[in-house]
Amino acid sequence: MKLKWTYLALLTGIAAFLAGCEPLLVLDPKGPQADTTATVIWISIFTMSFIVIVVLVMLAVILFKYRASKQDPDYEPPHIEGNKYVEGIIVAVPILIVAFLSVVSTISTHQVESPPEGYAEDEPLVIYASSSNWKWHFSYPEQDIETVNYVFIPTNQNVEFRLYSHGTISSFWIPQLAGQKYAMADMTNYLNVVADEPGEYMGRNSNFNGEGFAENEFAVTAMPPSEFDSWVEDIHNTADPLTEEEFEELLEPGHLGQMTFTGTHQEFKPAPEGENSPHNHGPSDSDEDGGHHHH
Amino acid sequence: MDFLDRFSIPPHDDPMLYASIVAIGLVSIAIVFGVTYFKKWGYLWNNWLTTVDHKRIGIMYIISALLMLFRGGADAVMMRLQTAVPDNSFLDAQHYNEVFTTHGVVMIFFMAMAFIIGMMNFVVPLQIGARDVAFPRLNALSFWLYFAGAMLFNVSFVVGGSPDAGWTNYYPLAGTEFSEHVGVNYYNWALQISGIGTLMTGINFIATIMKMRAPGMKLMKMPMFTWSALITNLIIVFAFPVLTIALLMGTLDRQFFTNFFTTGDGGMDMMWANLFWVWGHPEVYILVLPAFGIYSQIIATFSQRNLYGYKSMVASMVIISLLSFMVWVHHFFTMGQGAVANSIFSITTMAIAVPTGIKIFNWLLTMWRGKIRFTTPMMYSVAFIPLFTIGGVTGVMLAMASADYQYHNTMFLVAHFHNVIIPGVVFAMIAGLIYYWPKMFGFMLNERIGKWAFWNIVIGFCLSFFPMYITGLNGQARRMYTYSEASGFGPLSMVSFFGALLLAVGFVIIVYNVYYSFRYAPRNVGDDPWNARSLEWATHNPVPEYNFAITPNVDSEEAFWDYKKNGHDLFKGEIKDIHMPNNSGWSIILAGFFFVFGFFFVFHVWVGVIIAFLGIIGCLIYRSFEKDDGHHIHKEEIEETENKFGGAK
Repeated sequence: MKLKWTYLALLTGIAAFLAGCEPLLVLDPKGPQADTTATVIWISIFTMSFIVIVVLVMLAVILFKYRASKQDPDYEPPHIEGNKYVEGIIVAVPILIVAFLSVVSTISTHQVESPPEGYAEDEPLVIYASSSNWKWHFSYPEQDIETVNYVFIPTNQNVEFRLYSHGTISSFWIPQLAGQKYAMADMTNYLNVVADEPGEYMGRNSNFNGEGFAENEFAVTAMPPSEFDSWVEDIHNTADPLTEEEFEELLEPGHLGQMTFTGTHQEFKPAPEGENSPHNHGPSDSDEDGGHHHH
Repeated sequence: MDFLDRFSIPPHDDPMLYASIVAIGLVSIAIVFGVTYFKKWGYLWNNWLTTVDHKRIGIMYIISALLMLFRGGADAVMMRLQTAVPDNSFLDAQHYNEVFTTHGVVMIFFMAMAFIIGMMNFVVPLQIGARDVAFPRLNALSFWLYFAGAMLFNVSFVVGGSPDAGWTNYYPLAGTEFSEHVGVNYYNWALQISGIGTLMTGINFIATIMKMRAPGMKLMKMPMFTWSALITNLIIVFAFPVLTIALLMGTLDRQFFTNFFTTGDGGMDMMWANLFWVWGHPEVYILVLPAFGIYSQIIATFSQRNLYGYKSMVASMVIISLLSFMVWVHHFFTMGQGAVANSIFSITTMAIAVPTGIKIFNWLLTMWRGKIRFTTPMMYSVAFIPLFTIGGVTGVMLAMASADYQYHNTMFLVAHFHNVIIPGVVFAMIAGLIYYWPKMFGFMLNERIGKWAFWNIVIGFCLSFFPMYITGLNGQARRMYTYSEASGFGPLSMVSFFGALLLAVGFVIIVYNVYYSFRYAPRNVGDDPWNARSLEWATHNPVPEYNFAITPNVDSEEAFWDYKKNGHDLFKGEIKDIHMPNNSGWSIILAGFFFVFGFFFVFHVWVGVIIAFLGIIGCLIYRSFEKDDGHHIHKEEIEETENKFGGAK
């Protein structure tokens, strides 16, 4: 039993140590989408703590009160079939809690699937983010530039990432800015991201995709729009154009550092959306913005 | 590729790997030599390898499950060791990928499944007062197909290389485009072969429970574990065919150049994920419902009270089984199916919390006004309640689609599913094993040593997995073989590793307990060492071959308690000759052909495939014309056995 208390002390110690740590990435949002998910997480943590505490207290009281060592040796526990009121309560209360969380889940899911509030009317900055083993390629069609393993975005503007993969399924994730979404070979996904504050954020592929998975990260830098524009201009002045031949080489499995090009691979190797979707079976179900085709 | 080259282990030259190959070889030789030296081949063949007795088959399932627990556990400790400190190089990326893949496959398919099916095998016929399952020969075949699959999977470790695409085996990563070596072929064939066995088990147990209950045992008078087994097997029969087809499509893609899941030519990787989880989510309940059944038996016994809310317990399991088929999309909310689909699946998923909550409260209310004895099985059950509640509520958190975009693919998820599977399934199986140990072997496991194991396992579990909730929220993706120091995952990962060691120590103590109790435990424990309640305790310990000398007469779900306390007349009538099925080597031989078939198929050695296939067909033809009327155990023999136990029951 002495050992048990040592362990418990250890656990408490760890908890205390954690409380003093930096805020956890997911709970330290820097944009409205991540802010929504962080709020949902806190709501669910508080709601769920209530349930855990109820169960713990009931268990502790029952174990303490009805343990055999405390009872009369002749005590014969009664036969109890169940009681419709008690059973009504243990059904009704969880249903109310689940109903509440269902509302929260539905509303927040619709929120994070659309442009954040206040940005719906603006034209988003479109960036194609495509993965290959084990890199991320970012194409800026309007700016006509392409980067590898890093992405610059302007603050306070909705960025629509269009996600797809040149092979394995990967998952595009910037914990402090928004939840993740899959990048796949045969369908383009859309993720709206807004950064409130300038800064550097960790982005990565979170979906296991083979040997180089652990290092499959990218750096995200959010900066004021004016700086972003001058960065784009710089690239046009300094970087080399991306050729089809060179892009094919980039797709070979392996790791590359950060790279910068003018032009994008969308010109010769477009994303699987709209008429370029492999599951697009004819004009009848193709539509302009892709991604909504049916089978 | 050169013919022999493909059998070699790709692609890493690791001295540790060769050391383990040598170790496996030596242990195998030692076993063969030992059995020969002690002249036990006859005993082994006649009493175990050819048996059709549900109790022995159950025990063989459980022994296999424990072996697989140690294999999967070794994988787990290696993973925790590799990630204990930042930038560790104990395992390289490829090796780590193989380790976590085999860990998942072994633990789910070959440990947990085998454990629950073993427990059902041993307990269900006893609980319903039957002499065996409905189809004893088929049951033996189920076991041997499972065993063939498990062995085939483990062979991958030494011949050709283990699969490395995760236990979820997502395409296109698992396809030949990205995983050239034969590992995933092993995955396909090992799971296919053992899956056929599982499907047969499903059919067998549904027939057994529907048709072979003792007189008077209406459906609503079945003990709760039997109820859980019935519902589990119904789920098996509906869910496993999906896996069968998905694996077949994977095999066609990898070995016959089709394009179901490939990146080009119209293949659709998303389809694998869907099929896998259409099977995979019900699978979760296939594992946990029998565990719920075990807890229901144990908590009632050691609270010395009847199970509270029997009807709502049954109803909640039926609801869970239906909902289990309506939630699979929550495994990939992030695939891009949009807010509407995600909201619907989010709600169906959270709805499962309601019937599960009913069960938790019913267990609490079973202990209420009871007389609680803290035996080892009861301690696991008591620890299960809060730990499983935490696992359950984190499940509800994950079910909120928007938040799942942040939890998905992270250590938070890993923490959650271990938090439901370990306290839910593993604790239940250990508790059940200790609880039924005297029924299996006629002596009890030492309680004091058992409690030492318990504390190690419970505390080890908490230390291993609770830190992962935190690192997950801090952005740690799962399945990363290493991480940088700057990420800050280091200290908590070290705690996790320490927890894994405690868990390992706990399991070693259990093994020691088996050895210790085998040597020193008293053998005269009687037939009712726990003061139990349900029918399986109305026969002797260990259970005689025929289970009950006289078929019992049942009037409630606690037939044995009624017999003890309320004067219920359990055994009316007198001892008669008992008709029993014969042993047969057919099952193990047929499964042997399946093993050979699978092995050669993995390597495209078509001559071997054809020969093994002819062997399989030959066995089936033989069985079709075989006449086997079974045998009778005569009245005198039964009386003699019963007298040895101190009088007929």
